[in-house]
Amino acid sequence: MSLRSPLGRVLGLGSAKDGTEHWWAQRVSAVALIPLTLWFAISLLTLPALDYAGVRAWLSYPWSGFLAVLLVGVLAYHSYLGTVVVVEDYVHSAGTKIASLLLLRFVHVLAGGAGIFAILRIAFGPP
Amino acid sequence: MPPRDRPTSPHVGLYRWDIGNSLSILHRLTGVALSLGLLALCYWLLSLADGERSYAAAAKLFASPVGILGLIGCTFAFLYHLLNGIRHLFWDAGFGFERPQRHVSGWFVLAGAAFLTACVWVLIWRAGP
Repeated sequence: MSLRSPLGRVLGLGSAKDGTEHWWAQRVSAVALIPLTLWFAISLLTLPALDYAGVRAWLSYPWSGFLAVLLVGVLAYHSYLGTVVVVEDYVHSAGTKIASLLLLRFVHVLAGGAGIFAILRIAFGPP
Repeated sequence: MPPRDRPTSPHVGLYRWDIGNSLSILHRLTGVALSLGLLALCYWLLSLADGERSYAAAAKLFASPVGILGLIGCTFAFLYHLLNGIRHLFWDAGFGFERPQRHVSGWFVLAGAAFLTACVWVLIWRAGP
C-alpha cells in the first residue's frame, strides 16, 4: 500500500516538492548560450577596433542588437540559476541563505535589465 | 525544534583530489567568476550607452593591468565553462561515462581551454592596442 496521495503521485515531485524544472532550465539556457556567446566573442574579436563609434555602430545593426539583448538576458538567467545552486549548497543558516538568494535575484535582474536597457538605448536612442 | 544528529555523507575533505573532482569544482568556480564577468559586461554596455567619456573610462579600466588580468581570467573561465559544459551535456545525454572516456575528455577540456585562451590573447596582442 502506498501512503502517497493520488495528487502527489500524479505530480511526481517527491519529498523535495520540486521537479526537474531548475535542472532543465539550466540545460536549456546552457544550450542557448553556446551559439550566443560564440557569436558575441567572435564578433568582438573580428571588429576592426573596439572604439566608441565602431562598437556603437555594430550594436545598432538590427541583428547584432537583437542577439546582444538575447545574450544578456539568457546569460543573466543562466548565471542566476547557477549561483542559486552554489548558495543552496554552501550557505546553511536560514537567514543568510534567504538574504543571499534575495540578493542574487536582485543583482541579476538589475544587471540583466541594465545591460538590455543599454543595448536598446544604443539601438533606438540618440546617436 | 533543536537540530537532530542525522547521519551525514562523508565530508568533502575526505576525498582524494583527482582529475574528476578537480574539474567539477573548477566548473563551479569558473561559473561564479563568469557571473562577475556578467557584471563587467553590463557595466561596459552601460558605459557605451552613456557616452564617449564613460566609454573611455571603462576602456581605461579594462586596459589596466588588473583589467587585463581579469579579462584573461574571464577568457579562460568562459572557454573552460563552455567546453566542460558541453562535456556535461554529453553526460546528460548518456554518453562518455566510462572511466577512460571521463579522463580523456577531462584532460582534453582543460588543455583545450588553456590553448584557446592563449590563441585568443596572442590574436589580441598582435592586433595591438
